[in-house]
Formats: sequence, C-alpha cells, structure tokens
Amino acid sequence: MTDDSAGRTATTADGPRRRSSPPSVWREFRRHKGAVAGAAVFSVMTLAVLLGATVYGVDPQYLDYLTRNQGMSLAHPLGTDNLGRDMLARVLAGGQISLAVGVTAMVLALTLGTFVGVVAGFFRRFDGPLMRFTDLFLALPVLPLLLVGIMLFRDPLRAALGPEAGIFILVVAVIGLTNWMQTARVVRGEVLAVKEREFVLAARSVGAAPRRIILSHVLPNALNPIIVAATLGIANAIIIESSLSFLGLGFPSDFATWGRLLFDGVPFLEIAPARVLWPGLAISLTVLSVNYMGDGLRDALDPRVRRH
Amino acid sequence: MSRYLARRLLFAVPTLLAISLIVFALLDLAPSDPTAQLPLTIPPETRQAIRESLGLGQPFHVRYVKWLQQFMVNEPLNLLESLSGIEIGDSAGRLRVRSWSTRAPVVDLIAQRLPQTLTVVGISYIVAIFIAVPVGVYSAYRQYSVFDQMGTFVTMVGFSVPTFFTGTVLIVIFSVWLDWLPSIYDTTHRVTDVESFLYQLRQMVMPVMVIALFNAAQLGRFTRSAALENLNQDYVRTARAKGLTEPKVLLIHVLRNSLIPVVTVISLGVPATFAGAIITEQIFRINGIGQLLIGAIEGGDIPTVQTVTFIFAVLIVVFNLVADVLYGVLDPRIRYD
Repeated sequence: MTDDSAGRTATTADGPRRRSSPPSVWREFRRHKGAVAGAAVFSVMTLAVLLGATVYGVDPQYLDYLTRNQGMSLAHPLGTDNLGRDMLARVLAGGQISLAVGVTAMVLALTLGTFVGVVAGFFRRFDGPLMRFTDLFLALPVLPLLLVGIMLFRDPLRAALGPEAGIFILVVAVIGLTNWMQTARVVRGEVLAVKEREFVLAARSVGAAPRRIILSHVLPNALNPIIVAATLGIANAIIIESSLSFLGLGFPSDFATWGRLLFDGVPFLEIAPARVLWPGLAISLTVLSVNYMGDGLRDALDPRVRRH
Repeated sequence: MSRYLARRLLFAVPTLLAISLIVFALLDLAPSDPTAQLPLTIPPETRQAIRESLGLGQPFHVRYVKWLQQFMVNEPLNLLESLSGIEIGDSAGRLRVRSWSTRAPVVDLIAQRLPQTLTVVGISYIVAIFIAVPVGVYSAYRQYSVFDQMGTFVTMVGFSVPTFFTGTVLIVIFSVWLDWLPSIYDTTHRVTDVESFLYQLRQMVMPVMVIALFNAAQLGRFTRSAALENLNQDYVRTARAKGLTEPKVLLIHVLRNSLIPVVTVISLGVPATFAGAIITEQIFRINGIGQLLIGAIEGGDIPTVQTVTFIFAVLIVVFNLVADVLYGVLDPRIRYD
C-alpha cells in the first residue's frame, strides 16, 4: 500500500538527533498557542465531566413528565429531553462514558500498534509478514466492518457481561482492533532508525537480551511518535464512537454517550434544537482541543520542525 | 513502470482475496436467521427447506467459493451483457448473489442506489478540491498572515467537528429556523424544468457542503504544507531572480509542483469519502449505498452486507493503486525498481 507521509518521514529520520529533554519540550509546547489553549480546554472538559456529575448532583435518569422538552432555565441549565430528564446531567454523565471509551480504545490501539511496530522493526524475520498484515488491515473498510462487528457481537456480549459492560467492551475492542495500523508503521520506522545507533550496538555487545534492549534502549527513544499518536488516538476514538452511536449502533439510550444523546435529539430538532447542540458542541470541543494538543506535541517533540 | 504496475496488480489480487475471506467469515458467524422475518405460521420443516434453498446447509468453504464465483465471475458477466446487449453463455441459469430481504440480486440493488451516492459524494469531493487547493496555496504563500491563521483555524475546526454535527446544525439553521432548504433529500425528484432544477440545487446544498467542508479541511492542510515545502525550494528563487511575476511563480511553478502529493492524497481519500457518506446519508435521508448498508445490517441481510462491504474494500485497493501510479506518472523523479 502507499506510504503515508508520517511513515515516510519517520523512516528517513536517522542521523544525529538531539534527544529532547522534558523542559525543552515544555518550552516548545508553550510556544504553540493553539496547543496551550487546547490543553486548557481539554483539562476543563475532563474536570467538568469527572467532578461535574457529583457537584451538580442531579440524577441523569430521573424522569419528570411535567417538564418535557424545555429550553434553558434556572432549574435545568441546558433544558430537558422528551422524557423530562435534565440535559446538563445527561451531558455530564455521557461525557464520562465518551472520554472513557476514547482513552481505553486509544490505549488498546496504541498497545497493539506499538507491539506490532517494535516486533516488525526489531526482528527482521517478522518485518515482512507483519507489515503485509498491517497493509491488509489498512485495506479493510473500517466503518462498515465496525458496524458489522457491533451487529454480530452486541447481543452475545450483552448477555454475557451485562448491558453496560458488554457494549463498552465491544465498542472499545472494535475501535482498538481497527485503528492500530498507523501507530505500528510509525513505531516500526522509528525502531528501524534507533536500532542502528551505537548505544544499541553497545548493549548488544555486552550481551543484553533482545527483551532488555527493546524495553530499556529502543522504546524510550521511540517514545515521541507514540505520544503524538496517543493524543490524536483519543480524538479519533471519540469521533468513531460517536459516529457509531449516531448510526444507532453504539451505546443504548439509557447509557448514553455524547453521540447517542445527539442521535436521540435528532427527531426533536423542530421542537428542541438545543438538544443536539450541547452534546455536539461537547464532542467538537473535545476533539478540537485534543487535535490542537497533538499538533503542539508533534512540533515540540520533533526537533526537525522546531522554529529557532 | 509497467513492471511495477504488474507487480502491484499481482499483489492486489491476494489482498482482495484475503479481505473477501475476512468479510465472508466474519459475517458467517452472524447469528441472524434469514427466515426470522417470515410469518410464524410456517412449519419448521418448510423453514428448514427455505434455509437450504438459500444455500445455508452447505459447509463454509463451498459457500465461500460459490459466493466468490458469483461475485467475481457471474456478476461482471451480467454487467457486460446488460451494457453490450449480447448474450454471453447461459445467462438465465447463472446464480446471482441475492438479498435475503428483497430476494432481488444484490448487484441490482446497488445499481439502484449508486447514482444517488455518486452524485452527492462526487460533487462534494469536487467542491472540496476547489475550496482546498486555492486556500491551501494562498495560506502557504502568506504564511503567518491573518488569512493563514484564520485558514489554519477553520481547517482545524473543519476536520475536528464530525459531519453528523455540522449536518444537524445546518438543518437546524436552514431548515428549521430559516426554512430555506429542505432537510430531507428527495431522490425521486426529477429535473424537468428550471423550477425543478432549482429545487434539486436547494436540496443538494446541505449534504454537498457538509461532505465538502470536511474533506476541504483535510485537503487544505495537506495542500498548505506541500506548497510551503515548495516555496522554500531553489527553483522558486531562480524563477523570481529571472524576473517572473509573482502570479506566474505561484500559479505555474509552485502550484504545479505542490499538486503532485495533493493528487495522490485526493485519490487515497476517495474510499474514505464514500464510507463517510454512510453517515451523511443517514442525516439527510438519502437512499444511497450507505443507507442500503445500514438497512441491511439492521435487517440481518447478510448477502447485501457482504457485497457492499467488499465493494468498499475494492474501492480502497483500487484507489491506493491509482494513487501510486499517479505519483509515478506525475513525478518523473520517482523511480520504481
């Protein structure tokens, strides 16, 4: 398959490189105004979602048929839905699931991608087969397969693990299993460059086992692209989860994420347009801030693109 | 070049076979039953006979090879026949991949839905290119200017905000509040005179713009960085030194060279745009390929899901190939052996 630009730059990235120390990275990161704003917005969103539900103290499942489809008011800051549930409480509760899915799916995709990338880059024997395998995965139509995967395994998993845990594990697993390929290619490129450096040769010459060389010499030096991929992976996972929920194939209504809240609001566009606005804004703001953070991190961690 | 092309084509065949096996095997695990929607009064023996008539009694590998033959040999032959009008072999006796829910050949269903998807996705992709290329090149030319900073911000927003949100917000503004545009795309609408043409334009504006803006954001970022790379090259300095005007430097030298990577990215983005149409079609109720897939998934119509998913995979493989070949054709510096 065609090389993506990230993979290409990573493989040509040999030659002498200055290791970026944490303070200098932080200095570079702070220069990127968008990244700082993104980090601030993302922290505020995360804090609001984590603490907001307890501080606000309204039950997101409490039905009140007398106050249905209301607009913004003092009693219900973001209005209510068609069953009289408080929208602010629902958005806060939905955010916890959305962010949890985003982070967990990212960790899964990253672990898989890093593992494949390191093995392919470090052991020449596995390079060919693993990279063909990665190419094959890159040629899979991801969105249709995600939908199919959810359709197939939703009911068995929900029966086995309960409605909430079942769907959570399923969504996280299908997102993680279909999004590790870019990380694998970037990490492989980085490992290929690092393993030719002198300190790896030195470690090899004193008889260090491959496992030790990988864990204490190769991986720490290939960490930069992994960190960037981690940041962007959260945004990607949140988008995919909300798309699935928007198609009605993600989380159920009583365990709603931001995407599901938006989907549930669509039939009421004419009566209560604000209902789709809040969850949509929450998704967009989170993804936007994470993307800005990723951009800033990439610039700060990559000495080649630094502006001097 | 031709040797490279032959090698890539040879590699595409096992890739497609592997994908078809994955798609077929994954869906074969499905617990869904094609007779589930038939009346309950049908006795179990008849039910079993219906299942067997649909080919479900046979072992996995037999069904896979048969599906492959139907999809790879029979359907292309049928297509050729309907295009040329000449009967090839025993066309009435050829087995076809049939939908479980409508009993019609899946390929016919896709042929009915394809024009709607192609019009919306095709037009929006062209609109996206016409927005992205000028904005990207001008942003790079005036790097760090107000225009560039606005453009970078807008493209960042454009690809961070999911299409299902932009779509619903546009519906709220233009259909609910202003009542200017219809929120549902009517595919039965026929263009016969000026008025119906204007209606067609009005109903297409929102879906086209939603997809176009999302793609323009991605392409715009890419065009900008490609143009930036070229603006610092020696040949640009040479062109300026020999006294060419700025429009000539920009439009003839920089634009043409920056477009080389952009064209490959445009080609690589085609399959993703089609897949993205699954969501857009759901927002605006367009009955295209995406809605066919969603409906088939919800109804447990396995043959349709298999075929549509596999067509998406074919699109990815084909456009990857196109991108690679285009890159070699457009940039003579690329050597393939």
